[in-house]
Amino acid sequence: MSAPFPAQVVNVLAALLLLIAFSMLSQRRVLTLIKLFAWQGAALAASTAIVAWSTGQTHLYYSAVLTLLLKVILIPWILHRLIDRLFVRWDVETLINIPTTMLIGIALVIFAFALATPISQMATTLTRSTLGIALASVLLSFLMMIVRRKAVPQVIGFLAMENSLFFAATSATYGMPLVVELGVALDVLVGTFIFGIFFFHIREQFDSLDIRHMEKLKQD
Amino acid sequence: MNIWTAAAFQILQSVFVVLAAPVLVGWVNQCRAWLQNRSAPSLLLPYFTLAKLFHKEAVVARSASPLFRATPYILFGCMWLAAGIVPVLATGLPFAPAADIIALVGVFALARVFSALAAMDIGTSFGSLGARREMMIGFLAEPAMLMTLFTAAFISGSTQLTTIVDTLAHREFALYPSLAFAAVAFLMVLLAENARIPIDNPATHLELTMIHEAMILEYSARHLALIEWAVAIKLFAYMTLGIALFVPWGIAPAGDWHALPAAVGALAAKLLLAGAGLALIEALLAKLRLLLAPEFLSTAFLLGVLGMLTHFLVQG
Repeated sequence: MSAPFPAQVVNVLAALLLLIAFSMLSQRRVLTLIKLFAWQGAALAASTAIVAWSTGQTHLYYSAVLTLLLKVILIPWILHRLIDRLFVRWDVETLINIPTTMLIGIALVIFAFALATPISQMATTLTRSTLGIALASVLLSFLMMIVRRKAVPQVIGFLAMENSLFFAATSATYGMPLVVELGVALDVLVGTFIFGIFFFHIREQFDSLDIRHMEKLKQD
Repeated sequence: MNIWTAAAFQILQSVFVVLAAPVLVGWVNQCRAWLQNRSAPSLLLPYFTLAKLFHKEAVVARSASPLFRATPYILFGCMWLAAGIVPVLATGLPFAPAADIIALVGVFALARVFSALAAMDIGTSFGSLGARREMMIGFLAEPAMLMTLFTAAFISGSTQLTTIVDTLAHREFALYPSLAFAAVAFLMVLLAENARIPIDNPATHLELTMIHEAMILEYSARHLALIEWAVAIKLFAYMTLGIALFVPWGIAPAGDWHALPAAVGALAAKLLLAGAGLALIEALLAKLRLLLAPEFLSTAFLLGVLGMLTHFLVQG
């Protein structure tokens, strides 16, 4: 019944990722949200490094270092700068209240676990049991993008979803080829910059980062 | 193991819990006083308070029904029974087959129903206000508590506390993410159920936000002493339950007199740490608004459910 020790550590980190996904879902403050995002990146880097060490896949070391640099240090720093410039340290508004969001989140987790169980039973990788958690985190980040009304939390949700996808790739097939990962990392970085520019444009246009304003097509 | 040894163990544990519970409260209060930079009260202060209350004359409101007089005894009895079921010092006690974890939650619920009824019995506004709040906290905390206990039950394949503790204490070392979730959820439920700081403030006596104190405002003398003692035993039972589920190492099997001193020592060390930890949590957190309590407890429920789900997914 008990798995080898590296797999146990990866399982614990996966559980931590799930926990972080939930706390992001329930978080009201933008600053804490960014902190949580950085922690998610740290857990991801640690789990990738452990998978690399226990399976001897050297290219995973590079992705772990890349994750650490990009998602724990650089992007949170950029986001910090952004919310400083935009003066958006206000409380995040959610569309539905938080206990309801949590219950929907539990339903999503059950769905993801049910979906992943047959797949992981066929797999032989060290990390097969974490696939369900990765899938659940993807869905939870999706949910976060849906229930948030402001642009900054939505972008953090998007970045969290990228994190979970990366984790899913690691747990299903020991990661993508390094070229693909480099490309994705660059995309995320460029995406963050573009989002930053868009934030300023949205605010200039509507005097607010509330994306409800964007539902109107014309100025009347 | 013959029946007399088992009975001796059971009696020993029950008496030990009743006598040791006020010290735990005293220790938590002492730690909190240190953290707040006050000079700490004596460790034995809860005993002196109980002795003082027992020597006073009981005053009961004219409109009180027999229920009001009976409730302190029922509360004390419930908590003592709970303390007899939880494996504090030893597993395999004769009381243990009488109730599993679900019945244990039921015993706590029984005590809660009676204290709420007694609080409404007098008809003061504070009493019914406290009772309503207590029931709200209770109905949110109970499912979270059950989910936490179910996680442990799934890991060991039984709802008997003795079996759970035996399995968890004698397993090979393995990291259980599900147990980690359950432990955090249990801690949150412990804080809520024992009227500790994020939900209720045990130090206040007359505040509009109080919950537990509002319910026992009308009690005096020996009734109040019994209730205070029952509250101490409840805290003790919850803490030892948490210890038994999540850090069970060092517990003695029933009938083994040689393992007993070590078990007492291990328990004392764990309780010292747990009490200090509780005081630290109370010093660091601020009391939540009452309307945020459902959010706090739904988080506990969520963690409990996540623990159970994670157990199914990663088998551990």
